[in-house]
Amino acid sequence: MSATSTTILNLPDQTTAAIPKKNYISSEHGLLSWLLTGDHKRIAMLYLISITFFFFIGGAFAGLIRLELLTPQPDLVASDTYNKFFTMHGIIMVFLFLVPSVPATLGNFLIPIMLGARDLAFPKINLLSWYLYLAGGTLTLAALVLGGVDTGWTFTTPLSTHYLNTHVVTTASAIFVAGFSSIFTGLNFIVTIHRMRCPGMTWFRMPLFVWSHYAASILMVLGTPVLAISLTLVGLERLVGIGVFDPTKGGDPLLFQHLFWFYSHPAVYIMILPGMGVISEVVSTFSRKRVFGYTAVAFSSVAIALFGFFVWEHHMFIMGVSNYSALVFSLLSMLVAVPSAIKIFNWSFTLQKGSITFETPMLYAFGFMGLFTIGGLTGIFLAALGMDIQLTETYFIVAHFHFVMVGGMLMAFLSGVHFWWPKMTGRMYPESLSKLAAVVTFIGFILTFMPQFIVGYLGMPRRYHAYPPEYQVLNVLSTAGATVLGVGYMLPILYLAWSLKYGAIAGNNPWQATGLEWQIQSPPLTENFTEIPVMDHEAYDYEWLEHKTQNEVTTVG
Amino acid sequence: MGISEVLWQYLVKWLTNSALFPREASTIAPYMDALYFFLIGVTVVGLVLVLLLIGGFSFRYRKAVHPVAEQIEGSTLLEAIWTIIPLGIFLVTFVWGALLYFRIYTPPVNSMNIYIVGKQWMWKAEHPGGQHEINELHVPIGQPIQLTMISQDVFHSYSLPEFRVKREVIPGRYTTVWFQATTPGTYHLFCTQYCGTDHSKMVGEITAMLPEDYKKWTELSTSGMSLAQNGERIFASMGCNACHTGNASNRAPSLAGLYGSKVQMANGSIQLADAAYIRDVILNPSQHVPAGYAPIMPTYKGQISEDGLIALVEYLKQLNTNYRIQQTQTTSVSDQAAPTTPGMVKP
Repeated sequence: MSATSTTILNLPDQTTAAIPKKNYISSEHGLLSWLLTGDHKRIAMLYLISITFFFFIGGAFAGLIRLELLTPQPDLVASDTYNKFFTMHGIIMVFLFLVPSVPATLGNFLIPIMLGARDLAFPKINLLSWYLYLAGGTLTLAALVLGGVDTGWTFTTPLSTHYLNTHVVTTASAIFVAGFSSIFTGLNFIVTIHRMRCPGMTWFRMPLFVWSHYAASILMVLGTPVLAISLTLVGLERLVGIGVFDPTKGGDPLLFQHLFWFYSHPAVYIMILPGMGVISEVVSTFSRKRVFGYTAVAFSSVAIALFGFFVWEHHMFIMGVSNYSALVFSLLSMLVAVPSAIKIFNWSFTLQKGSITFETPMLYAFGFMGLFTIGGLTGIFLAALGMDIQLTETYFIVAHFHFVMVGGMLMAFLSGVHFWWPKMTGRMYPESLSKLAAVVTFIGFILTFMPQFIVGYLGMPRRYHAYPPEYQVLNVLSTAGATVLGVGYMLPILYLAWSLKYGAIAGNNPWQATGLEWQIQSPPLTENFTEIPVMDHEAYDYEWLEHKTQNEVTTVG
Repeated sequence: MGISEVLWQYLVKWLTNSALFPREASTIAPYMDALYFFLIGVTVVGLVLVLLLIGGFSFRYRKAVHPVAEQIEGSTLLEAIWTIIPLGIFLVTFVWGALLYFRIYTPPVNSMNIYIVGKQWMWKAEHPGGQHEINELHVPIGQPIQLTMISQDVFHSYSLPEFRVKREVIPGRYTTVWFQATTPGTYHLFCTQYCGTDHSKMVGEITAMLPEDYKKWTELSTSGMSLAQNGERIFASMGCNACHTGNASNRAPSLAGLYGSKVQMANGSIQLADAAYIRDVILNPSQHVPAGYAPIMPTYKGQISEDGLIALVEYLKQLNTNYRIQQTQTTSVSDQAAPTTPGMVKP
């Protein structure tokens, strides 16, 4: 490989290379061997298939919403139907896609391998959590098929408890069940990270991917039960009228908001932190450099997790909370933004004096950094008390969290899927097509959500079926962007499926990356390692890798 | 030109009628916009910085020109810089935002009060003079207007984007917001909190008028009875005047001059008698027993609508003497309240 090459891709000779005969995919056959597996890698693949399924359902609803908003008049569907669309879009995307996306797929697949372990601490609980996810998903689909639900994903009381005749309890149970799936995943990760690190794998030798999952797992385990409680209370209030949230019975409707956001704000960090882990791995690999300020990045994940629990009231600044408590929560929300800023700058400086190449995962990572910067800084608008009054409940907030969740998290997810695809399947995705997809996604995203900031400051409320005609131009732009974005998301599923059969054989370490997962065969053995490795170097030690490769060459030669 | 003339005209009209920035129609709007532009500035600078770093490093250190990476552990100085500078900017934003928030949510004492009742899916405005409006609000410019708002069912949110104010309208409690309109005109009113089927039809118009036009409007749209007079009627018809007579010997406290005073409660606490207090006493009397009185007042939950409660609040606000209550007691046992408006048709 010449020094002036623009890629680090290092594939084995395609004429002689073959997928290893013995691997986790080929070890057993038949549907049951998948459905009853305890192998974290197989469970990760099950998750990957199921969350992709739900992503496209949620995406279809997004498409319908944008189609309706093409014109100011409510002309495509009835208002109730529209309300069901955005409710389903929100519930599916948040609870069935974003929360499990990176942790349950990439995290599940990689964390044991990155730690030098043969599996997660509780393989059966891991399988159980997939079944719970599936049960939650099935219940959600049942609610959809039976006629839908129109609470919005936020279940605002007393609307959800007293004023709607749709399948609220079914949907709440779906989220309740899916929540336990996420609790179990978090629990499994925490125990695995504490107890199953291989010899020599100290806390500060762990890849940052593991650190960010550790932080997210704490949030899952501590936050999700509160969501379960609040949804249970909504269910009880609907079914037997216990009156916790009902002002006519002495209840407090604001209490629900407190409970709900106590989970649902940390939930955004559950969603974004694992994505940040992916970015750390990808940026390091494609700039051939250790992550700048490893400790700062690791601790900023933990700081986000801790602060993340104390900012929930910023969803309620206009709801008649005490002005002084609003002050406290605004200040804390400002503080939680700092660790994210630290990460962005650390990733940027990881590039400095590196040897950078621009494969697809890196393009998605750059997309993440740009869009997350916008998403994060527009979060400052909303954390600023006075500004929040104008912006909250408008399209500005829709744009803000889509920048973070879609521009940030989904970019990170796609970056990670492309990055580890050769490890998971043993085959490469087609490089130029996937670069095209990355660029299309980026352009589509900007076009979809940039206009929403403007229309939000104009005052267009979110969840509106119809809107004043002077907002139409911006909405048309947004819908046009959504179309481009849709193409950007369709492409990967097509070429990734294609690559399963026709992709180039990847070999063990196509990216010449340092992680333990790259030192074993692709796809890995069921037991990951033939013998448990001993970690004798820091994470992202490219010099170690170089020596190791040289040694290998000498022994073979 | 290949494009048809009609289509062209339509396109031009469509593009020129589209909005990019909301009009500034209240005294608070310039303050809001100043913070907005500051934050846009911060965002642009931050984004450009990140893009320059990524772009610059990517170009300078791409593999083709920089084949071997130099390992760098980190730099405490650099990390301190990019911790402290963002923190500083965020703290400035925090203070600025907090000042704006307190300004928007602290009404001036001389403001004119208008009540808003939100319900699925309409806004009802009640002016002190007794004018009612549905999905509309007429206000004079140049005078601070305070909105005291409550919802009859679910959460709503009263949003006036051109005035840069918004407040959640909540069942069971009053929330307030204030503004001072600066430019006559008609502006958007939105419900921004999702409230069910016709959420997106819970919209209306707010009309800011010159004070003399507003005066004309109030005269033309009067309902014949002020809000306080309506309250007095309810006060009598619900039989409140049977106990709250103002006689020292009676089993209920006098209500004259109650509004705005501090009430010593039986449990030792002191409560401020504001609108929320009066509303809550009527609905949950057992929670608010004044010192020296027995908890005998019955609840009026379910018997008085939010509109009625507002009228009662407004009535008690203006009640300085018990003279008329006692008059009603002695002259009549029927519900002939509001004797100052003879010949009035009862609503």
